[in-house]
Amino acid sequence: MSVLEMKNISKSFPGVRALQHVDFRLCEGEIHALMGENGAGKSTLIKVLTGVYEKDEGEIFLKGLNKAAVIRSPQDAQNLGISTVYQEITLCPNLSVAENMYIGRTKGMVTNWKKMYNDADKILRQLDIPAKARQQLSSCSIAVQQMVAIARAVDMDCKVLILDEPTSSLDENEVAKLFNLMRNLREKGVGIIFVTHFLDQVYEVCDKITVLRDGQLVGEYVIEDLPRVKLVAKMLGKELDDMSDIKSEAMEYKGDGADGVPVYEAQNLQSNAGIKPFDFYIKKGEVNGFTGLLGSGRSECVRAIFGADRVISGKSQMNGRKVKISKPIDAMKNGIAYLPEDRKVDGIIGDLSVRENIILALQVLKGFFRPFSKAQQYKFADEYIKLLEIKTASADTPIKSLSGGNQQKVILARWLLMNPEYLILDEPTRGIDVGTKVEIQKLVLKLASEGMSVTFISSETDEMLRTCSRMVVMRDRKVVGELTGSDLTQSKIMSTIAGGDK
Amino acid sequence: MSSNKSAVSDKGIAAKIKNVSDTNLLLTITIVVFFVMYIGAIIFQGSGFLKPQTFFNILNQNATLIIVSCGMSMVMIAGGIDISVGGLTALVCMCCAVYLDFMGGNLVVSVLIALAIGLAFGIVQGFLVAYLDIQPFIVTLAGMFFARGMTTVVYKEPFNVAHEGFKELKLTRLLIPKMGSYTKKGAYIDAYVELGVVVALIIVVIMFCVLRWTKLGRSFYAVGGNSQSAVMLGINVKRTKFITHLLSGILAGIGGYAFFLHTGAGSPAHATGMEMNAIAASIIGGTMLTGGVGNIIGTFFGVLSLSTIQIIVATAGLGEAWWTNITIASMLCIFLILQSVIMAWKHRA
Repeated sequence: MSVLEMKNISKSFPGVRALQHVDFRLCEGEIHALMGENGAGKSTLIKVLTGVYEKDEGEIFLKGLNKAAVIRSPQDAQNLGISTVYQEITLCPNLSVAENMYIGRTKGMVTNWKKMYNDADKILRQLDIPAKARQQLSSCSIAVQQMVAIARAVDMDCKVLILDEPTSSLDENEVAKLFNLMRNLREKGVGIIFVTHFLDQVYEVCDKITVLRDGQLVGEYVIEDLPRVKLVAKMLGKELDDMSDIKSEAMEYKGDGADGVPVYEAQNLQSNAGIKPFDFYIKKGEVNGFTGLLGSGRSECVRAIFGADRVISGKSQMNGRKVKISKPIDAMKNGIAYLPEDRKVDGIIGDLSVRENIILALQVLKGFFRPFSKAQQYKFADEYIKLLEIKTASADTPIKSLSGGNQQKVILARWLLMNPEYLILDEPTRGIDVGTKVEIQKLVLKLASEGMSVTFISSETDEMLRTCSRMVVMRDRKVVGELTGSDLTQSKIMSTIAGGDK
Repeated sequence: MSSNKSAVSDKGIAAKIKNVSDTNLLLTITIVVFFVMYIGAIIFQGSGFLKPQTFFNILNQNATLIIVSCGMSMVMIAGGIDISVGGLTALVCMCCAVYLDFMGGNLVVSVLIALAIGLAFGIVQGFLVAYLDIQPFIVTLAGMFFARGMTTVVYKEPFNVAHEGFKELKLTRLLIPKMGSYTKKGAYIDAYVELGVVVALIIVVIMFCVLRWTKLGRSFYAVGGNSQSAVMLGINVKRTKFITHLLSGILAGIGGYAFFLHTGAGSPAHATGMEMNAIAASIIGGTMLTGGVGNIIGTFFGVLSLSTIQIIVATAGLGEAWWTNITIASMLCIFLILQSVIMAWKHRA
């Protein structure tokens, strides 16, 4: 019994055909994964369904409606029983938790605060969400905010629940909780569309998979019929070369200074972001990583190295020479580049073009009063667009119209352009597709083989195992161990994180 | 992430303050500061401030500012700004004055004229901001110039209105029993407020209720907090922005009439810089320029604080305009620093 049918949906943007004649069918009580690379059209399809974009062509049918549904705004979608929880929190931080759950969908002109708080508390308790109805939303963690968004959607008595990358900011426990919630809703007959980049999660909860590629429908599959390797192949449109073993492809760097003085060394470094003092070094041509659970202080460590947080104690050295890094510009001048975790907040400048975003860091270093010539800028931009295979209409396209993975590549290009000695990548593969992930991993290894030192941070341990030759393990904002060589295994990392008792 | 854990585990006042919403915290600061200031004035500047009429005069002189600031706060809460309100006040005064004095018009019609002018500005500005997506600052800046220009077009010179009915209305006062004072000769004089104050207080109450309890009012906060999220939450953001400017225009019309009642004159120089005072009062009252945070009661106290400080400066013998400006500037500074320090402390990791 299908609850939603989208037929022959097409949508174009200037220069891009985002969706071409896509069909999609969702049944009652199923969890349906929508898969595809970045730019495959998942987000566009969902935005068409929720009324954020208007479709150029095609029809949407909903159960209980005997003609095609008209969805022109998120409000329309809501009224028809289609609820969405987006990757980015789409709630208002200045309002209370309860208000965020009810605003925009209550009947009547007047708010009954007492009833609203009571109802909200009841739902939060039912779903086991650690928040209070009266709390201001901004005082909740991102994970809890996400759950509040889901609670809102759940309470709207929806027939179709869309979860767009809901797990990318949750830790394992929270993901487990979310999955329980999803299974619960499946029992109640809700159709769930689940968009994610984590393959494991797809196989853990989903019943069916629909794969999109380059704006076109590849097919709909029952999960048992589509093993992982095949799924990846469908998404990429080619058989993936062996993902698990890209390390051996890369030659290790054996040039000058491979075993000499570390390129960068920190002693007792501590920042105001709440991490304990830590020691750290990295050699020329080495790839190492910080690992640990979400919130264990991985990002805070590299932010301290880069001077992005305020350093309150400790010393740092570059090539044996003492340096003072208190601001990002100091780090940049010393040849350290940092690709931040949250590209939307710290990285891209959405309205500027791809070219301007690429040129930015180098321009800052050179000084704003000595701008690069237009020709020079295009040369740089075109070089890296080609090198990193950035999918963009031109170097003058605003970066915000690129897909997530391509935005990430632009920022990577920005830092590579500076030709840094030491490159820090904080979650460079978050929210981007498998193919691009492998490309970025390969690129990291290639850079290292050419003598660049790279620190690589990722929440996916297997990804780090593939790239890093040394890993610093963190727990509760403290460095608790360092693993190299044969110790670099999933189980060893887990036991170090857990404290060695497992 | 750790900040939330610590916020939950903290005990005592700190934890309590962290659970208060930003809006209520800033409101509390405003009210406390106002009372501290007023009590300070009583202690250091003598008994003048003890007379209830001193307080009522603050209201009498600022009825318009209170009304206009209510509108300003509302627009600011929704993330916008409306700097046309001062010019609009002057235009309303002038139009009503000309209508009553030269044409011998009707009082009721003059009120309707005031409302109509406000409504017209609100509709045009709201349309430009909400549906054509033009920056509210630019739109209302144009509105301000237009209103000031039109005021001079309607009549160049300042003049007093001699309309009999209007004079009567202007002198209508609401006596407040048992709050009066004795003159030096021993005669008892009742304390009073002007009609404009009554209107202003009614508007404060209405606007407070609208912002606190109605769906519309809450959507102002949502739009100001994060307008993209508000769209996703099913709020009609464009319509909401339109309504804020519409209401602000109408309130400026009403405020303009209150100004007219208080001064009884039309003048191109009326209400010069009032939009800036309204912004200052809103900010002192705990409204944030960034939107999403604010409270009408706070704004009311913001106006009172602003005018109290003016009177303190004046009675201290520093009557010149620059002293008032300098004190207001320093007060704004202190307030903003206080706000940001407390907010930073509240949100500290």
